[in-house]
Amino acid sequence: MENKQTPLGHIGFSIFAWIVGLLIFFPIFWMVLTSFKTELEAVSIPPSFISFDWTLENYAEVQARSDYFRFAMNSVILSVGSTLVGLLFAVPCAWAMAFNPTKRTKDALLWMLSTKMMPPVGVLVPIYLVFRDWGLLDTRFGLIMVLFLMNLPIMVWMLYTYFKEIPSDILEAARMDGATLPKEIIFVLLPMAVPGIASTMLLNIILAWNEAFWTLNLTTADAAPLTAFIASYSSPEGLFWSKLSAASTLAVAPILIIGWFSQKQLVRGLTFGAVK
Amino acid sequence: MSTRSSTLTGRIMSAPSIIALFLWMIVPLGMTIYFSFLRYNLLSPGMEEWVGTLNYEFFLTDPAFFASLANTLLLVGSVLVITVVGGVLLGLMLDQPIFGRGILRLLVIAPFFIMPTVNALVWKNLLMHPVSGMFAWIANSLGFQSIDWFSEAPLTAIIIMVSWQWLPFAVLILLTALQSLDRDQKEAAQMDGAGPVSIFFYITLPHLSRAITVVVLIETIFLLTVFAEIFVTTGGGPGLATTNIAFLVYTQALLQYDVGGASAGGIVAVVLANIVAIFLIRLIGKNLDR
Repeated sequence: MENKQTPLGHIGFSIFAWIVGLLIFFPIFWMVLTSFKTELEAVSIPPSFISFDWTLENYAEVQARSDYFRFAMNSVILSVGSTLVGLLFAVPCAWAMAFNPTKRTKDALLWMLSTKMMPPVGVLVPIYLVFRDWGLLDTRFGLIMVLFLMNLPIMVWMLYTYFKEIPSDILEAARMDGATLPKEIIFVLLPMAVPGIASTMLLNIILAWNEAFWTLNLTTADAAPLTAFIASYSSPEGLFWSKLSAASTLAVAPILIIGWFSQKQLVRGLTFGAVK
Repeated sequence: MSTRSSTLTGRIMSAPSIIALFLWMIVPLGMTIYFSFLRYNLLSPGMEEWVGTLNYEFFLTDPAFFASLANTLLLVGSVLVITVVGGVLLGLMLDQPIFGRGILRLLVIAPFFIMPTVNALVWKNLLMHPVSGMFAWIANSLGFQSIDWFSEAPLTAIIIMVSWQWLPFAVLILLTALQSLDRDQKEAAQMDGAGPVSIFFYITLPHLSRAITVVVLIETIFLLTVFAEIFVTTGGGPGLATTNIAFLVYTQALLQYDVGGASAGGIVAVVLANIVAIFLIRLIGKNLDR
Protein backbone atom coordinates (compact mmCIF):
# COMPACT_ATOMS: atom_id res chain seq x y z
CA MET A 1 0.00 0.00 0.00
CA GLU A 2 2.82 2.37 0.80
CA ASN A 3 4.74 1.34 -2.29
CA LYS A 4 4.23 4.54 -4.20
CA GLN A 5 5.15 6.79 -1.32
CA THR A 6 7.04 9.98 -1.70
CA PRO A 7 10.40 10.09 0.15
CA LEU A 8 8.89 12.64 2.51
CA GLY A 9 5.94 10.37 3.25
CA HIS A 10 8.36 7.54 3.84
CA ILE A 11 10.26 9.53 6.43
CA GLY A 12 7.05 10.69 8.03
CA PHE A 13 5.74 7.16 8.31
CA SER A 14 9.04 5.94 9.75
CA ILE A 15 8.96 8.60 12.44
CA PHE A 16 5.38 7.68 13.29
CA ALA A 17 6.25 3.97 13.47
CA TRP A 18 9.23 4.63 15.72
CA ILE A 19 7.14 6.71 18.11
CA VAL A 20 4.63 3.87 18.38
CA GLY A 21 7.41 1.32 18.87
CA LEU A 22 9.16 3.36 21.52
CA LEU A 23 5.90 3.85 23.41
CA ILE A 24 5.41 0.09 23.55
CA PHE A 25 8.98 -0.41 24.70
CA PHE A 26 8.81 2.44 27.19
CA PRO A 27 8.01 0.42 30.36
CA ILE A 28 11.13 -1.67 29.84
CA PHE A 29 13.27 1.38 29.12
CA TRP A 30 11.89 3.12 32.20
CA MET A 31 12.58 0.08 34.37
CA VAL A 32 16.20 -0.07 33.23
CA LEU A 33 16.64 3.68 33.73
CA THR A 34 15.11 3.58 37.22
CA SER A 35 17.51 0.83 38.23
CA PHE A 36 20.35 3.37 37.95
CA LYS A 37 18.68 6.00 40.14
CA THR A 38 18.75 6.44 43.89
CA GLU A 39 15.52 5.53 45.67
CA LEU A 40 14.71 9.21 46.21
CA GLU A 41 15.18 10.09 42.57
CA ALA A 42 13.11 7.09 41.51
CA VAL A 43 9.99 8.54 43.11
CA SER A 44 10.71 12.19 42.41
CA ILE A 45 8.18 14.28 40.52
CA PRO A 46 8.78 15.41 37.83
CA PRO A 47 10.66 12.25 36.87
CA SER A 48 14.28 12.74 35.83
CA PHE A 49 15.31 11.29 32.49
CA ILE A 50 19.04 11.84 32.16
CA SER A 51 20.10 14.44 34.67
CA PHE A 52 20.42 12.33 37.75
CA ASP A 53 23.36 10.78 39.53
CA TRP A 54 23.83 7.47 37.81
CA THR A 55 24.53 4.81 40.38
CA LEU A 56 25.16 1.09 40.46
CA GLU A 57 24.50 0.70 44.15
CA ASN A 58 21.05 -0.86 43.62
CA TYR A 59 22.60 -3.80 41.87
CA ALA A 60 25.05 -4.32 44.71
CA GLU A 61 22.32 -3.93 47.28
CA VAL A 62 19.97 -6.40 45.63
CA GLN A 63 22.67 -9.02 45.93
CA ALA A 64 23.77 -8.07 49.43
CA ARG A 65 20.31 -7.86 50.93
CA SER A 66 18.52 -10.74 49.36
CA ASP A 67 21.07 -13.10 47.91
CA TYR A 68 19.98 -12.50 44.36
CA PHE A 69 22.33 -15.08 42.88
CA ARG A 70 20.71 -17.97 44.69
CA PHE A 71 17.40 -17.19 42.99
CA ALA A 72 19.11 -16.59 39.66
CA MET A 73 20.91 -19.92 40.02
CA ASN A 74 17.57 -21.61 40.69
CA SER A 75 16.12 -20.03 37.57
CA VAL A 76 19.04 -21.31 35.51
CA ILE A 77 18.89 -24.78 37.01
CA LEU A 78 15.14 -25.06 36.61
CA SER A 79 14.94 -23.80 33.06
CA VAL A 80 18.02 -25.59 31.73
CA GLY A 81 17.29 -28.73 33.72
CA SER A 82 13.70 -29.01 32.58
CA THR A 83 14.80 -28.36 29.00
CA LEU A 84 17.43 -31.11 29.03
CA VAL A 85 15.08 -33.66 30.59
CA GLY A 86 12.49 -32.57 28.07
CA LEU A 87 14.85 -33.18 25.14
CA LEU A 88 15.61 -36.65 26.46
CA PHE A 89 11.93 -37.52 26.20
CA ALA A 90 10.84 -35.37 23.29
CA VAL A 91 13.58 -36.04 20.72
CA PRO A 92 12.97 -39.81 20.42
CA CYS A 93 9.23 -39.26 20.48
CA ALA A 94 9.20 -36.60 17.77
CA TRP A 95 11.74 -38.58 15.80
CA ALA A 96 9.56 -41.69 15.76
CA MET A 97 6.48 -39.66 14.87
CA ALA A 98 8.21 -37.89 12.01
CA PHE A 99 10.04 -40.84 10.48
CA ASN A 100 7.90 -43.84 11.43
CA PRO A 101 4.41 -42.42 11.45
CA THR A 102 1.61 -44.85 12.14
CA LYS A 103 -2.11 -44.44 11.80
CA ARG A 104 -2.28 -43.23 15.36
CA THR A 105 0.52 -40.66 15.20
CA LYS A 106 -1.83 -37.82 14.41
CA ASP A 107 -4.13 -38.73 17.27
CA ALA A 108 -1.21 -38.99 19.66
CA LEU A 109 0.05 -35.55 18.63
CA LEU A 110 -3.34 -33.96 19.07
CA TRP A 111 -3.84 -35.69 22.40
CA MET A 112 -0.50 -34.30 23.61
CA LEU A 113 -1.61 -30.87 22.50
CA SER A 114 -4.88 -31.24 24.38
CA THR A 115 -3.00 -31.79 27.65
CA LYS A 116 -1.46 -28.37 27.11
CA MET A 117 -4.94 -26.86 26.95
CA MET A 118 -5.69 -28.00 30.47
CA PRO A 119 -5.74 -25.02 32.83
CA PRO A 120 -3.20 -25.62 35.59
CA VAL A 121 -5.78 -24.85 38.30
CA GLY A 122 -7.55 -28.02 37.19
CA VAL A 123 -4.72 -30.12 38.57
CA LEU A 124 -3.33 -27.72 41.19
CA VAL A 125 -4.92 -29.47 44.16
CA PRO A 126 -3.75 -33.05 43.52
CA ILE A 127 -0.30 -31.95 42.38
CA TYR A 128 0.07 -29.83 45.50
CA LEU A 129 -1.02 -32.67 47.77
CA VAL A 130 1.20 -35.22 46.04
CA PHE A 131 4.13 -32.83 46.29
CA ARG A 132 3.41 -32.26 49.97
CA ASP A 133 3.15 -35.96 50.74
CA TRP A 134 6.28 -36.90 48.79
CA GLY A 135 8.33 -34.04 50.20
CA LEU A 136 8.70 -32.41 46.78
CA LEU A 137 7.42 -28.97 47.74
CA ASP A 138 10.10 -26.34 47.34
CA THR A 139 12.60 -28.76 45.78
CA ARG A 140 14.39 -28.14 42.52
CA PHE A 141 13.79 -31.73 41.46
CA GLY A 142 10.04 -31.41 41.85
CA LEU A 143 9.89 -28.16 39.95
CA ILE A 144 12.09 -29.42 37.13
CA MET A 145 9.64 -32.29 36.70
CA VAL A 146 6.66 -29.93 36.64
CA LEU A 147 8.24 -27.52 34.16
CA PHE A 148 9.44 -30.38 31.95
CA LEU A 149 6.00 -31.98 31.82
CA MET A 150 4.29 -28.66 31.30
CA ASN A 151 6.34 -27.91 28.20
CA LEU A 152 6.72 -31.45 26.85
CA PRO A 153 3.82 -31.16 24.38
CA ILE A 154 5.30 -27.97 22.91
CA MET A 155 8.72 -29.59 22.61
CA VAL A 156 7.40 -32.69 20.87
CA TRP A 157 5.35 -30.59 18.49
CA MET A 158 8.10 -28.21 17.62
CA LEU A 159 10.67 -30.94 17.07
CA TYR A 160 8.12 -32.85 15.02
CA THR A 161 7.59 -29.93 12.65
CA TYR A 162 11.36 -29.58 12.25
CA PHE A 163 12.03 -33.29 11.74
CA LYS A 164 9.21 -33.44 9.20
CA GLU A 165 11.19 -31.09 7.00
CA ILE A 166 14.20 -33.42 6.80
CA PRO A 167 13.81 -35.20 3.45
CA SER A 168 13.62 -38.95 3.97
CA ASP A 169 15.19 -39.55 0.54
CA ILE A 170 18.48 -38.64 2.08
CA LEU A 171 18.17 -41.66 4.38
CA GLU A 172 17.67 -43.95 1.42
CA ALA A 173 20.71 -42.48 -0.25
CA ALA A 174 22.84 -43.01 2.85
CA ARG A 175 21.59 -46.56 3.13
CA MET A 176 22.50 -47.24 -0.50
CA ASP A 177 26.00 -46.08 0.28
CA GLY A 178 26.15 -48.69 3.01
CA ALA A 179 25.54 -46.59 6.10
CA THR A 180 24.37 -48.54 9.15
CA LEU A 181 21.58 -47.19 11.30
CA PRO A 182 23.79 -45.62 14.01
CA LYS A 183 25.97 -44.03 11.34
CA GLU A 184 22.90 -42.86 9.53
CA ILE A 185 21.70 -41.12 12.66
CA ILE A 186 25.02 -39.61 13.71
CA PHE A 187 26.33 -38.44 10.37
CA VAL A 188 23.26 -37.77 8.30
CA LEU A 189 20.28 -36.96 10.48
CA LEU A 190 21.78 -35.31 13.51
CA PRO A 191 23.52 -32.47 11.66
CA MET A 192 20.24 -31.70 9.91
CA ALA A 193 18.30 -31.84 13.14
CA VAL A 194 20.58 -29.63 15.22
CA PRO A 195 19.04 -26.26 14.25
CA GLY A 196 15.57 -27.52 15.13
CA ILE A 197 16.73 -28.95 18.44
CA ALA A 198 18.57 -25.73 19.28
CA SER A 199 15.57 -23.50 18.68
CA THR A 200 13.33 -25.86 20.62
CA MET A 201 15.75 -25.58 23.53
CA LEU A 202 15.73 -21.80 23.39
CA LEU A 203 11.96 -21.52 23.33
CA ASN A 204 11.67 -23.97 26.17
CA ILE A 205 14.17 -22.08 28.30
CA ILE A 206 12.18 -18.89 27.76
CA LEU A 207 8.90 -20.54 28.74
CA ALA A 208 10.38 -22.23 31.80
CA TRP A 209 12.20 -19.09 32.94
CA ASN A 210 9.02 -17.00 32.85
CA GLU A 211 6.64 -19.65 34.20
CA ALA A 212 4.83 -18.07 37.14
CA PHE A 213 2.00 -20.33 38.20
CA TRP A 214 3.75 -23.43 39.45
CA THR A 215 6.87 -21.63 40.58
CA LEU A 216 4.79 -19.32 42.77
CA ASN A 217 2.61 -22.08 44.18
CA LEU A 218 5.11 -24.85 44.75
CA THR A 219 8.14 -22.98 46.09
CA THR A 220 8.82 -20.86 49.14
CA ALA A 221 12.56 -20.41 49.58
CA ASP A 222 15.01 -23.18 48.68
CA ALA A 223 13.94 -23.79 45.10
CA ALA A 224 12.40 -20.38 44.42
CA PRO A 225 13.44 -18.90 41.06
CA LEU A 226 13.44 -15.25 39.99
CA THR A 227 9.68 -15.14 39.35
CA ALA A 228 9.10 -15.78 43.05
CA PHE A 229 11.94 -13.47 44.06
CA ILE A 230 10.40 -10.56 42.16
CA ALA A 231 6.97 -11.42 43.57
CA SER A 232 8.40 -10.87 47.06
CA TYR A 233 8.63 -7.18 46.17
CA SER A 234 4.84 -6.98 46.08
CA SER A 235 4.68 -6.29 49.83
CA PRO A 236 7.78 -4.23 50.50
CA GLU A 237 8.78 -1.87 53.23
CA GLY A 238 10.04 1.65 52.53
CA LEU A 239 11.33 2.91 49.24
CA PHE A 240 12.15 0.05 46.91
CA TRP A 241 11.60 1.12 43.30
CA SER A 242 15.24 1.28 42.26
CA LYS A 243 15.97 -2.05 43.85
CA LEU A 244 12.90 -3.58 42.26
CA SER A 245 14.03 -2.18 38.92
CA ALA A 246 17.57 -3.47 39.31
CA ALA A 247 16.38 -6.94 40.29
CA SER A 248 13.88 -6.94 37.43
CA THR A 249 16.43 -5.80 34.88
CA LEU A 250 18.74 -8.61 35.87
CA ALA A 251 15.87 -11.09 35.79
CA VAL A 252 14.62 -10.25 32.30
CA ALA A 253 17.87 -9.39 30.51
CA PRO A 254 19.07 -12.90 29.63
CA ILE A 255 15.66 -14.01 28.40
CA LEU A 256 15.15 -10.85 26.40
CA ILE A 257 18.39 -11.53 24.55
CA ILE A 258 17.53 -15.19 23.91
CA GLY A 259 14.03 -14.15 22.90
CA TRP A 260 15.25 -11.64 20.36
CA PHE A 261 17.33 -14.32 18.71
CA SER A 262 14.54 -16.84 18.55
CA GLN A 263 11.53 -14.74 17.55
CA LYS A 264 10.88 -16.74 14.37
CA GLN A 265 10.95 -20.06 16.20
CA LEU A 266 8.57 -18.67 18.75
CA VAL A 267 5.80 -18.42 16.17
CA ARG A 268 6.32 -22.01 15.14
CA GLY A 269 6.50 -23.29 18.70
CA LEU A 270 3.52 -21.44 20.08
CA THR A 271 1.13 -21.96 17.18
CA PHE A 272 1.92 -25.67 16.79
CA GLY A 273 2.76 -25.18 13.15
CA ALA A 274 -0.63 -23.64 12.37
CA VAL A 275 0.93 -20.39 11.14
CA LYS A 276 4.11 -20.48 9.08
CA MET B 1 8.77 -47.10 4.86
CA SER B 2 7.13 -48.17 8.02
CA THR B 3 7.74 -51.86 8.56
CA ARG B 4 6.60 -53.95 11.47
CA SER B 5 9.90 -53.64 13.34
CA SER B 6 10.24 -49.91 12.73
CA THR B 7 6.71 -49.43 14.01
CA LEU B 8 7.70 -51.21 17.18
CA THR B 9 10.82 -49.07 17.57
CA GLY B 10 8.66 -46.03 17.00
CA ARG B 11 6.33 -47.08 19.78
CA ILE B 12 9.22 -47.64 22.16
CA MET B 13 10.66 -44.25 21.32
CA SER B 14 7.44 -42.34 21.84
CA ALA B 15 6.14 -44.31 24.82
CA PRO B 16 8.05 -42.44 27.56
CA SER B 17 6.64 -39.07 26.53
CA ILE B 18 3.11 -40.34 26.23
CA ILE B 19 3.24 -42.19 29.55
CA ALA B 20 4.79 -39.18 31.31
CA LEU B 21 2.08 -36.86 30.00
CA PHE B 22 -0.59 -39.34 30.94
CA LEU B 23 0.68 -39.48 34.51
CA TRP B 24 0.99 -35.71 34.64
CA MET B 25 -2.43 -34.78 33.33
CA ILE B 26 -4.95 -37.59 33.31
CA VAL B 27 -4.14 -39.03 36.74
CA PRO B 28 -4.26 -35.69 38.61
CA LEU B 29 -7.36 -34.73 36.64
CA GLY B 30 -8.99 -37.94 37.80
CA MET B 31 -7.99 -37.10 41.35
CA THR B 32 -9.43 -33.60 41.01
CA ILE B 33 -12.71 -35.04 39.81
CA TYR B 34 -12.73 -37.48 42.73
CA PHE B 35 -11.90 -34.76 45.31
CA SER B 36 -14.61 -32.55 43.88
CA PHE B 37 -17.22 -35.00 45.22
CA LEU B 38 -15.74 -35.10 48.73
CA ARG B 39 -16.00 -32.91 51.76
CA TYR B 40 -12.28 -32.55 52.21
CA ASN B 41 -10.57 -29.80 54.15
CA LEU B 42 -6.88 -29.83 54.92
CA LEU B 43 -7.56 -28.34 58.35
CA SER B 44 -9.65 -31.33 59.38
CA PRO B 45 -7.80 -34.35 58.05
CA GLY B 46 -9.41 -37.77 58.27
CA MET B 47 -12.89 -36.28 58.03
CA GLU B 48 -13.29 -36.79 54.29
CA GLU B 49 -16.70 -37.97 53.22
CA TRP B 50 -18.62 -38.37 50.00
CA VAL B 51 -20.98 -35.45 49.47
CA GLY B 52 -22.03 -35.95 45.87
CA THR B 53 -22.45 -32.75 43.90
CA LEU B 54 -22.61 -30.52 46.96
CA ASN B 55 -19.27 -28.84 46.19
CA TYR B 56 -20.50 -27.96 42.72
CA GLU B 57 -23.73 -26.59 44.11
CA PHE B 58 -21.79 -24.43 46.54
CA PHE B 59 -19.27 -23.29 43.98
CA LEU B 60 -21.76 -22.54 41.23
CA THR B 61 -24.19 -20.68 43.50
CA ASP B 62 -21.47 -18.74 45.30
CA PRO B 63 -21.69 -15.03 44.42
CA ALA B 64 -17.91 -15.12 44.22
CA PHE B 65 -18.21 -17.55 41.33
CA PHE B 66 -20.36 -15.18 39.28
CA ALA B 67 -18.11 -12.25 40.07
CA SER B 68 -15.03 -14.19 39.07
CA LEU B 69 -16.68 -15.62 35.95
CA ALA B 70 -17.63 -12.11 34.89
CA ASN B 71 -14.10 -10.89 35.61
CA THR B 72 -12.61 -13.79 33.67
CA LEU B 73 -14.79 -13.12 30.62
CA LEU B 74 -14.18 -9.38 30.79
CA LEU B 75 -10.44 -9.88 31.10
CA VAL B 76 -10.21 -12.42 28.27
CA GLY B 77 -12.57 -10.47 26.00
CA SER B 78 -10.92 -7.10 26.45
CA VAL B 79 -7.39 -8.41 26.05
CA LEU B 80 -8.43 -10.29 22.91
CA VAL B 81 -9.96 -7.20 21.32
CA ILE B 82 -7.00 -5.01 22.22
CA THR B 83 -4.34 -7.45 21.09
CA VAL B 84 -6.03 -8.53 17.85
CA VAL B 85 -6.91 -5.01 16.70
CA GLY B 86 -3.55 -3.68 17.88
CA GLY B 87 -1.78 -6.68 16.41
CA VAL B 88 -3.30 -6.18 12.96
CA LEU B 89 -2.46 -2.47 12.97
CA LEU B 90 1.09 -2.99 14.23
CA GLY B 91 1.56 -5.92 11.88
CA LEU B 92 0.56 -3.75 8.92
CA MET B 93 2.84 -1.01 10.18
CA LEU B 94 5.86 -3.29 10.53
CA ASP B 95 5.17 -4.78 7.11
CA GLN B 96 5.98 -1.41 5.51
CA PRO B 97 9.45 -0.25 4.60
CA ILE B 98 10.64 1.69 7.65
CA PHE B 99 14.08 2.91 8.65
CA GLY B 100 15.57 0.36 11.05
CA ARG B 101 12.63 -1.98 10.78
CA GLY B 102 14.52 -4.92 12.29
CA ILE B 103 15.38 -3.01 15.46
CA LEU B 104 11.91 -1.54 15.69
CA ARG B 105 10.44 -5.03 15.52
CA LEU B 106 12.67 -6.13 18.40
CA LEU B 107 11.40 -3.26 20.52
CA VAL B 108 7.78 -4.07 19.77
CA ILE B 109 8.01 -7.77 20.62
CA ALA B 110 10.14 -7.28 23.74
CA PRO B 111 7.24 -7.22 26.26
CA PHE B 112 6.44 -10.84 25.48
CA PHE B 113 9.71 -11.97 27.07
CA ILE B 114 9.22 -10.09 30.32
CA MET B 115 8.32 -12.42 33.16
CA PRO B 116 4.76 -11.84 34.44
CA THR B 117 5.80 -10.85 37.96
CA VAL B 118 8.19 -8.19 36.64
CA ASN B 119 5.57 -6.93 34.22
CA ALA B 120 3.01 -6.57 36.99
CA LEU B 121 5.24 -4.86 39.55
CA VAL B 122 6.86 -2.45 37.10
CA TRP B 123 3.45 -1.34 35.82
CA LYS B 124 1.95 -1.15 39.28
CA ASN B 125 4.72 0.96 40.78
CA LEU B 126 6.75 2.79 38.18
CA LEU B 127 3.88 3.60 35.84
CA MET B 128 0.52 3.39 37.61
CA HIS B 129 1.39 4.63 41.08
CA PRO B 130 -1.12 7.41 41.90
CA VAL B 131 1.53 9.83 43.22
CA SER B 132 4.97 9.05 41.82
CA GLY B 133 4.01 7.01 38.76
CA MET B 134 4.66 8.09 35.22
CA PHE B 135 0.96 8.17 34.32
CA ALA B 136 0.14 10.36 37.32
CA TRP B 137 2.84 12.82 36.31
CA ILE B 138 1.57 12.93 32.70
CA ALA B 139 -2.03 13.38 33.85
CA ASN B 140 -1.08 16.13 36.30
CA SER B 141 1.05 18.03 33.85
CA LEU B 142 -1.84 17.98 31.37
CA GLY B 143 -4.06 19.35 34.08
CA PHE B 144 -6.02 16.18 34.88
CA GLN B 145 -6.56 14.35 38.15
CA SER B 146 -4.34 11.30 38.43
CA ILE B 147 -6.07 7.95 38.73
CA ASP B 148 -5.46 5.56 41.60
CA TRP B 149 -5.53 2.60 39.21
CA PHE B 150 -5.63 -0.24 41.70
CA SER B 151 -8.49 1.12 43.79
CA GLU B 152 -10.52 2.95 41.15
CA ALA B 153 -10.09 0.72 38.13
CA PRO B 154 -8.27 -2.42 39.25
CA LEU B 155 -9.54 -4.74 36.53
CA THR B 156 -8.73 -2.18 33.84
CA ALA B 157 -5.20 -1.98 35.22
CA ILE B 158 -4.83 -5.75 35.00
CA ILE B 159 -6.26 -5.71 31.47
CA ILE B 160 -3.71 -3.09 30.42
CA MET B 161 -0.78 -5.06 31.85
CA VAL B 162 -1.86 -8.35 30.32
CA SER B 163 -2.59 -6.72 26.95
CA TRP B 164 0.88 -5.20 26.91
CA GLN B 165 2.34 -8.64 27.48
CA TRP B 166 0.28 -10.39 24.79
CA LEU B 167 0.22 -7.71 22.11
CA PRO B 168 3.65 -8.78 20.81
CA PHE B 169 2.43 -12.35 20.47
CA ALA B 170 -0.37 -11.21 18.18
CA VAL B 171 2.00 -8.92 16.27
CA LEU B 172 4.55 -11.71 15.70
CA ILE B 173 2.00 -14.17 14.37
CA LEU B 174 0.03 -11.69 12.28
CA LEU B 175 3.22 -10.24 10.85
CA THR B 176 4.38 -13.73 9.89
CA ALA B 177 1.04 -14.28 8.17
CA LEU B 178 1.17 -10.87 6.45
CA GLN B 179 4.57 -11.61 5.01
CA SER B 180 3.22 -14.68 3.27
CA LEU B 181 0.61 -12.57 1.48
CA ASP B 182 0.99 -12.69 -2.27
CA ARG B 183 2.23 -9.26 -3.44
CA ASP B 184 1.01 -9.84 -7.00
CA GLN B 185 -2.55 -10.17 -5.84
CA LYS B 186 -2.32 -6.81 -4.14
CA GLU B 187 -0.72 -5.18 -7.14
CA ALA B 188 -3.36 -6.60 -9.45
CA ALA B 189 -6.07 -5.13 -7.24
CA GLN B 190 -4.27 -1.80 -7.26
CA MET B 191 -4.17 -1.85 -11.06
CA ASP B 192 -7.90 -2.39 -11.07
CA GLY B 193 -8.23 0.78 -9.05
CA ALA B 194 -8.85 -0.63 -5.58
CA GLY B 195 -7.98 1.77 -2.78
CA PRO B 196 -5.99 0.84 0.32
CA VAL B 197 -9.17 0.44 2.37
CA SER B 198 -10.85 -2.00 0.03
CA ILE B 199 -7.56 -3.90 -0.43
CA PHE B 200 -7.40 -4.27 3.33
CA PHE B 201 -10.96 -5.52 3.69
CA TYR B 202 -11.13 -7.73 0.60
CA ILE B 203 -7.60 -9.14 0.38
CA THR B 204 -5.54 -8.60 3.53
CA LEU B 205 -8.16 -9.34 6.17
CA PRO B 206 -9.43 -12.58 4.56
CA HIS B 207 -5.82 -13.71 4.23
CA LEU B 208 -5.28 -13.01 7.94
CA SER B 209 -8.47 -14.70 9.13
CA ARG B 210 -6.77 -18.01 9.83
CA ALA B 211 -3.89 -16.42 11.76
CA ILE B 212 -6.36 -14.29 13.73
CA THR B 213 -8.29 -17.42 14.66
CA VAL B 214 -5.10 -19.04 15.92
CA VAL B 215 -4.19 -15.95 17.96
CA VAL B 216 -7.67 -15.79 19.49
CA LEU B 217 -7.74 -19.46 20.43
CA ILE B 218 -4.24 -19.69 21.87
CA GLU B 219 -4.52 -16.42 23.78
CA THR B 220 -7.87 -17.48 25.20
CA ILE B 221 -6.36 -20.64 26.62
CA PHE B 222 -3.55 -18.75 28.33
CA LEU B 223 -5.72 -15.81 29.39
CA LEU B 224 -8.35 -17.96 31.06
CA THR B 225 -5.78 -18.72 33.73
CA VAL B 226 -4.00 -15.40 34.23
CA PHE B 227 -2.56 -15.72 37.71
CA ALA B 228 0.76 -14.06 38.49
CA GLU B 229 -0.34 -10.55 37.49
CA ILE B 230 -3.24 -10.73 39.95
CA PHE B 231 -1.22 -12.51 42.63
CA VAL B 232 1.43 -9.80 42.90
CA THR B 233 -0.66 -6.67 42.36
CA THR B 234 -4.18 -6.87 43.78
CA GLY B 235 -4.42 -10.30 45.39
CA GLY B 236 -7.86 -10.57 43.80
CA GLY B 237 -9.19 -7.39 45.36
CA PRO B 238 -10.37 -4.91 46.29
CA GLY B 239 -13.21 -7.20 47.32
CA LEU B 240 -13.55 -9.56 44.39
CA ALA B 241 -12.91 -6.91 41.75
CA THR B 242 -9.96 -8.70 40.15
CA THR B 243 -10.58 -12.30 41.15
CA ASN B 244 -10.81 -14.55 38.12
CA ILE B 245 -11.69 -18.25 38.17
CA ALA B 246 -8.07 -19.35 38.43
CA PHE B 247 -7.44 -17.05 41.36
CA LEU B 248 -10.66 -18.10 43.09
CA VAL B 249 -9.62 -21.75 42.89
CA TYR B 250 -6.21 -20.83 44.25
CA THR B 251 -7.65 -19.00 47.25
CA GLN B 252 -10.00 -21.86 48.04
CA ALA B 253 -7.28 -24.47 47.83
CA LEU B 254 -4.17 -22.88 49.30
CA LEU B 255 -5.63 -20.17 51.53
CA GLN B 256 -8.85 -21.76 52.78
CA TYR B 257 -7.63 -25.37 52.46
CA ASP B 258 -10.99 -26.37 51.01
CA VAL B 259 -9.81 -29.16 48.72
CA GLY B 260 -13.30 -30.30 47.74
CA GLY B 261 -14.54 -26.85 46.76
CA ALA B 262 -11.32 -25.93 44.98
CA SER B 263 -11.46 -29.17 43.00
CA ALA B 264 -15.00 -28.44 41.88
CA GLY B 265 -13.83 -24.98 40.81
CA GLY B 266 -10.88 -26.50 38.98
CA ILE B 267 -13.19 -28.78 37.02
CA VAL B 268 -15.36 -25.81 36.07
CA ALA B 269 -12.23 -24.07 34.77
CA VAL B 270 -11.28 -27.17 32.80
CA VAL B 271 -14.72 -27.32 31.18
CA LEU B 272 -14.50 -23.64 30.21
CA ALA B 273 -11.05 -24.11 28.69
CA ASN B 274 -12.14 -27.21 26.82
CA ILE B 275 -14.90 -25.37 25.01
CA VAL B 276 -12.16 -23.29 23.39
CA ALA B 277 -9.66 -26.12 23.11
CA ILE B 278 -11.95 -28.27 20.98
CA PHE B 279 -12.03 -25.61 18.27
CA LEU B 280 -8.29 -25.06 18.38
CA ILE B 281 -7.44 -28.75 18.20
CA ARG B 282 -9.78 -29.25 15.28
CA LEU B 283 -8.17 -26.36 13.43
CA ILE B 284 -4.65 -27.62 14.05
CA GLY B 285 -5.66 -31.18 13.20
CA LYS B 286 -6.93 -30.05 9.82
CA ASN B 287 -3.63 -28.33 9.25
CA LEU B 288 -1.73 -31.56 9.97
CA ASP B 289 -3.38 -33.30 7.05
CA ARG B 290 -2.13 -30.82 4.51
